Amino acid sequence: MQKQRPVNLDIGTIKLPVTAYISILHRVSGVILFLVVGFLLWLLDTSLSSPEGFASVQSGFDSPLARFVLWGSLAALAYHSVAGIRHLIMDFGVGESLEGGVLGAKLVAATVVVLVLLAGAWLW
Amino acid sequence: MVNSVTNFGRSGLSDWLLQRVTAVVIAAYTLFMVVYLLTADSLTYGQWVSLHQSLWMRLFSLFAVLSVAIHAWIGLWSVLTDYVTVRLLGPKATLLRLLLELGMITVTLAYVIWAIDILWGI
Repeated sequence: MQKQRPVNLDIGTIKLPVTAYISILHRVSGVILFLVVGFLLWLLDTSLSSPEGFASVQSGFDSPLARFVLWGSLAALAYHSVAGIRHLIMDFGVGESLEGGVLGAKLVAATVVVLVLLAGAWLW
Repeated sequence: MVNSVTNFGRSGLSDWLLQRVTAVVIAAYTLFMVVYLLTADSLTYGQWVSLHQSLWMRLFSLFAVLSVAIHAWIGLWSVLTDYVTVRLLGPKATLLRLLLELGMITVTLAYVIWAIDILWGI
């Protein structure tokens, strides 16, 4: 087989549609969540270790940095969940047309903005 | 048919289905945790420990962690095979991708062992 086969879709040279941004952010949020799992396991471990550990996790979120990290984690989780639910809906054949795909992508963006604001309101 | 040696299910169709089944499990666990933490006003250490000591919660958490492991393996494998390629990064990409895949698998397995240690060590 030829080693340097031509690539007919060079995404570096084309203007990306909204669906492409929704898709790449799904991947970015997924990679971030892989690291978030470690953070959440550490929180679970500490909070269950002793009453002092539990209290330290609770008071830890008094610090703005810790709260911001948790907010960012929840934002990545919210984004990845909503974009994932869109995938599941599309697996059933809903929203697969060009217009449907664009509408779905916009709905994902709008839903995530609301969820991230709600998460912020919960934490602060 | 090309068989890949580093993907989770050894077949694209199996990976595709597992990615969706594990996603539903993780979504259910996330929803449960969010509702629990939202409704449990001024949660105490005792309540938190007794929740995680119950058998059903241990099994729910275990299934969630195993789902995360499978889901992350399939997802990160897809990302690595798409971007860490000879076409994008040059001839050393194959070795780099293999190392990153092994690193990803190691962290994933460590997460599972850590979670079991937490859940059955309470």
